[in-house]
Amino acid sequence: MYRYDDFDRQLVAERTAQFRDQVARRISGELTEDQFKPLRLMNGVYLQLHAYMLRVAVPYGTLNGEQMRKLGYIARTYDKGYGHFTTRQNIQYNWPKLNEIPDALADLATVEMHAIQTSGNCIRNTTTDQYAGAAADEIEDPRPYCELIRQWSTFHPEFTYLPRKFKIAVTGSPNDRAAVRVHDIGLRMHKNAAGETGFEVTIGGGLGRTPFVGKTVRDFIGKNDLFSYLEAILRVYNRFGRRDNKYKARFKILVHEVGIDDIRQQVEEEWAKIKDGSLRVSDDEIAQYIAQFAPPAFEELQDNDPEFERRKQAHPDFAAWVRSNVIAHKQPGYAIANISLKPIGGIPGDATAAQMELVGDLADQYSFGDVRVTHEQNLVLPHVKKADLFSLWAELNGAQLATANLGFVTDIIACPGLDYCALATARSIPLSQRISERFGDLERQYDIGELKIKISGCINACGHHHVGHIGILGLDKRGKEFYQITLGGDASQDAAIGKIAGAGFSEAEVVDAIEALITRYIDIRTVGERFIDTYRRVGMDPFKEVLYGDR
Amino acid sequence: MAIVKNDCVIDNEWVALDDESSVPESGANVLVSLARFKAEHDSLIARNGGLGVLLVPGDAPEDLADDIDRFSLIAVKFPAYTDGRGYSYGRILRERYGYKGEMRAVGDVLRDQILYMHRCGFDAYEMADDGDVALEKVRAALRDMTVYYQPTGDDRATAGSLRERRRAALDGASS
Repeated sequence: MYRYDDFDRQLVAERTAQFRDQVARRISGELTEDQFKPLRLMNGVYLQLHAYMLRVAVPYGTLNGEQMRKLGYIARTYDKGYGHFTTRQNIQYNWPKLNEIPDALADLATVEMHAIQTSGNCIRNTTTDQYAGAAADEIEDPRPYCELIRQWSTFHPEFTYLPRKFKIAVTGSPNDRAAVRVHDIGLRMHKNAAGETGFEVTIGGGLGRTPFVGKTVRDFIGKNDLFSYLEAILRVYNRFGRRDNKYKARFKILVHEVGIDDIRQQVEEEWAKIKDGSLRVSDDEIAQYIAQFAPPAFEELQDNDPEFERRKQAHPDFAAWVRSNVIAHKQPGYAIANISLKPIGGIPGDATAAQMELVGDLADQYSFGDVRVTHEQNLVLPHVKKADLFSLWAELNGAQLATANLGFVTDIIACPGLDYCALATARSIPLSQRISERFGDLERQYDIGELKIKISGCINACGHHHVGHIGILGLDKRGKEFYQITLGGDASQDAAIGKIAGAGFSEAEVVDAIEALITRYIDIRTVGERFIDTYRRVGMDPFKEVLYGDR
Repeated sequence: MAIVKNDCVIDNEWVALDDESSVPESGANVLVSLARFKAEHDSLIARNGGLGVLLVPGDAPEDLADDIDRFSLIAVKFPAYTDGRGYSYGRILRERYGYKGEMRAVGDVLRDQILYMHRCGFDAYEMADDGDVALEKVRAALRDMTVYYQPTGDDRATAGSLRERRRAALDGASS
C-alpha cells in the first residue's frame, strides 16, 4: 500500500490549516456564505437538510486498519456513532458541527486522511476496482496509476474551477467492477499488439439527469503518456465545457454536443503540444509506484485447505457466506472476503463506529492491514488466508457484518435520499429497507440469483439507478413520493443505461411491482440465466405486461 | 481597489479602452479587447506606447501567439471566481508562447484563488480591497501551501522532482 512521505504529509497538514482558517473567516463574517461555499465544497463540506455533511476521501477505495479505526473514532466523536460509505468509495458523516470540522480533519490528518476534492467543481477522488492487487483476473494492479492520478489531480491549479465536477475511474481487469464507462474519464488497462500494457481511454460517460455510456477517445495510451493525455482532456473541457447552464456543464454534454470525433481531434491536438513536456512519467518513476503496491508477504500455501472444507461442511451459514461473499484470489491458499454493509432491513452502506473499529482490527489480523471500500457500498478484506476465513466469518457474524448477500437482490445501492439530502425528491433508504425485508430469505435470494437493484432519490442519480438491472428513481408528484422503474441497466464492461418501464408507482405499490418483475423473470428464465440476461433476451414487453397489464 | 504585483501595491498605468473610443496618439499605455486588437492589429502594433490586451472567457489565447513579445500587459478577466477558463489561458500564454510581460488577473479576484492563479503564471492581481488589505491577502494566499504535485511552468519544485533529487542524492551517497 502507498504510504505518505513527508511531502504528502506536509500537504495535508497545510490543507488542514488552510481550511481551519477559512472556517474562522466564515465564522467571523469576513467570508460570506456565497464566498465560503466553494471553499467548503472543495473540502467535502455540504450543507444538507438538517446539518452539515462531511465527506471524507478514501483514495481509490483503499484504507489500512488504523485508518478504518480512525473513521470509527470520527463517527463516535463528531457524529452520532455511524458513517455512510458511498458509491464513490468514500465515507460521509451526516451530523458534524461546522466549528468542529477543522478538528475532525486534524484527527484524520494524523492517519494521512483528508476531505480534499470530495466535492466542488474539480477532479474528484479517483475510483477503482475494489479487488485491485488481489483479483485473479487482473492484467495489472491499477493502484500505482490511481496514486499518480491522485497526486496529479490534487490542487491542480488549472482545473480547480471546472465547469462541473469531474470523475475518473480505472480498472486493471477486463471484468469492470469500477463502472469506468459511466465516468467522465474511464481508463481500462489492456495490452496493445506489441504486448505493452496501457489504457483504453473512454470519455463522456456519466449518470445524472442525462446518462451516457462513455465513448472511446483513444484505444491505447502508454503509461508514460497517461498524465499528459489526461491534462489534454481536462484542458479541452476547462476551456470549452458549457458554463451557461449548470445542467449542461458536465463533460458528457460537451462530448455529446460536439461529437466524439471532433473532441478527439481537439484532445489530440492539445496533447501533441504537451506530450513531451514535464508530465511525461519515466519508467523509473512508475517502477517506484509499482513497488509501493508490491504484494504483501504471502505464504506459499496449497490452494485447498482441508480444515476450511470441513468448516464449510459443518456450518451451512459459513458455507453460504463463502459461496456468496468470498471470491478467488490470485495467490493460492488466499481469498478475497467481502463484508456486506447490507444487512436485511438495514441502511445500505451504513456502519457503526464499533463495526468500523472491528473491521480495522480484522484487517490487521487477517488481511495484511488492507481494507477496501466498494462502489456498491460494501467493504472488502482483500488478502485473507482460506484457513482464516472461518474465524473471520465468526467475528463478522458477531457484529452483524456477515450477511451472505453479495450481488443478490438485497445488496442494494441506495443514495441517502430525502432522509438527509437537500437535493432529494423522495426517500431512498426506507424503500431499500422494505425491498430488503421482502426478499430477506436467503434461499429465495439465491434462487433469484444475481440481481442489482439501485435506488436514487432524485434525478442526480447518486444511487446509480440508470445502471441497475432494476433501477428505481424516486420523484415528487404534487407533494407525494412516487417511483419510476428502469430495466436493463448495467455498470459492468457491458455497460448500458436502463430503459424506463412506464408510469411510476406510489410508495405503497413499488415493492409489489418489484416482486412482480422478479416473479415474471423466474417464470421465463432459462437455466443459468441472470435477470439481466433474460431482459436482454426477451426485452421490455413481458415485464411491462406484469407491471401495467393492459394499461 | 488595488493592484498587487511582486509583493507591492502598484499604480495602474494603463488606460482601458472600449472598442469605440479613439486610441491616444502615443505615450499612454493602452489596454484593448482581443477583438479590437485583431481589427486594428497593424496600427496598434506600430503605435508608440505600451500595448495590452484583455482576454475574456471564450477568447482564444492562441490569437496572441504571433505578437506575444509586443505585449507588456495581458489582463485576463475572471467574471466570476467560479469561471476557471482564465487558468488555462495563463498557462498557455506563459508555457506555450513564452510570454514574459505582466499577466494580470482582473474581475472577481479573491484571496483563495490567488495561489492557483500564481501557479498558472499570473503575477499581478486586481483586488477589490484597498492597498494594504489587498497586499496582506495576496501574501497570505501565497503562504498557504508549500507542497505542489503538478509541474506548471512556474518556478516551484514539485514533490515528484524533489523525490527524484532525494533518490539521486541517496544513490550517490551509497555508491
